[in-house]
Amino acid sequence: MISLSSPVETRAHRWPAGVKLALLSVTTLGLFLTNNPLFHAVILLAVITLYALPGKVFFLSGCRHLRILAPFIVILMLWHGLSDDLAYGATITMRLVSAVSMANLLTMTTRLTDMMEVVRFLARPLRRLGLNPRVLELSMALVIRMTPTLVSRGKTLSQAWRARSNRRSGWRIILPFTVLALDDADHVAQALRARGGLIDMEDE
Amino acid sequence: MEKNVVYIALFAALVAALGLTPRIYLGFGVPITVQTVGVMLCGSMLGAKRGALAMLLFLLVMSAGLPVVAGGLGGLGMFVSVTGGFLVGWPFAAFVTGLIVEKWRGPSLAVVATIASMVGGILVMYVFGVIGMSIVLEKTLLESTLLVLAFVPGDIVKAVVAGTLTAAIYKARPASVLSRAN
Repeated sequence: MISLSSPVETRAHRWPAGVKLALLSVTTLGLFLTNNPLFHAVILLAVITLYALPGKVFFLSGCRHLRILAPFIVILMLWHGLSDDLAYGATITMRLVSAVSMANLLTMTTRLTDMMEVVRFLARPLRRLGLNPRVLELSMALVIRMTPTLVSRGKTLSQAWRARSNRRSGWRIILPFTVLALDDADHVAQALRARGGLIDMEDE
Repeated sequence: MEKNVVYIALFAALVAALGLTPRIYLGFGVPITVQTVGVMLCGSMLGAKRGALAMLLFLLVMSAGLPVVAGGLGGLGMFVSVTGGFLVGWPFAAFVTGLIVEKWRGPSLAVVATIASMVGGILVMYVFGVIGMSIVLEKTLLESTLLVLAFVPGDIVKAVVAGTLTAAIYKARPASVLSRAN
């Protein structure tokens, strides 16, 4: 699975992930505190500048991540166009685009390993509640490892179906797919136990 | 312990894998993702607590920047986007679905899991989703509800799929349906 981080190395890659995260939280909160169109226009312009600084490749890949917002922007514009308060609609749209772009900026300029470091730090207080941060990290790694495995399992099943029928498999492979996945999970659990299990997993 | 952790990770991965399947278009042109079937299954299969944990794990992996949401999306931006409320609602949806399946032992599992998926995977999830939309788009709760109403028929179909599937898996692998394991 490919992470969403940027193909271009930027200066922000070297900033500590925790600082970026704190900065993002504060600015996002700020966006929701005011409805001044001028304020939102300035912020949006600043965000666009941040995206443009590392070059064309970075800018375009940033734009690609915003595509999902398009239908909502159309709805907002139609809605406020019809009710004759386009300025208000534009404010909401600008805030939406700025908020999502700023968060995407963090995702694009932070490596998965740096993000994991933040997770480790944030999970520390959870140790009091009995959660071993190591178990959390292992489960995240398991998710990342199992997702492509599940996808290829699904592909194999639908190929096997197509080899025997000229119709599409559709929902008929869902049950065998889930059963196979559960059996895989049982094997992984057994393997983990055979290697010493999670109870005594070393903490730090 | 190992089985619980691996199952939680498996269902988080299952929801991620479902996000990679192509989008299905309903008769009237509304795109649906099968990802929410995974959320319902998570609750009905794992039970309340583990189901919610699996969804929290999913959101954590998503926040770390992996493209696990339908359409190759991910990252922290998802939370402040229009549909962010729905994502926040996933752990709660799985929790409520799981709680109903755990406690209500009367009718057949297929019926219980279907109704549980409707309550958790539709009602609870939409409450969070609609509140999220009304904050981001600055619309009233009623207006936001109108915007998402078109997706309800598809979600009812998904709840029936999740319920039927849970019962079928219970027949094939009873020990794997942790919500009914005791």
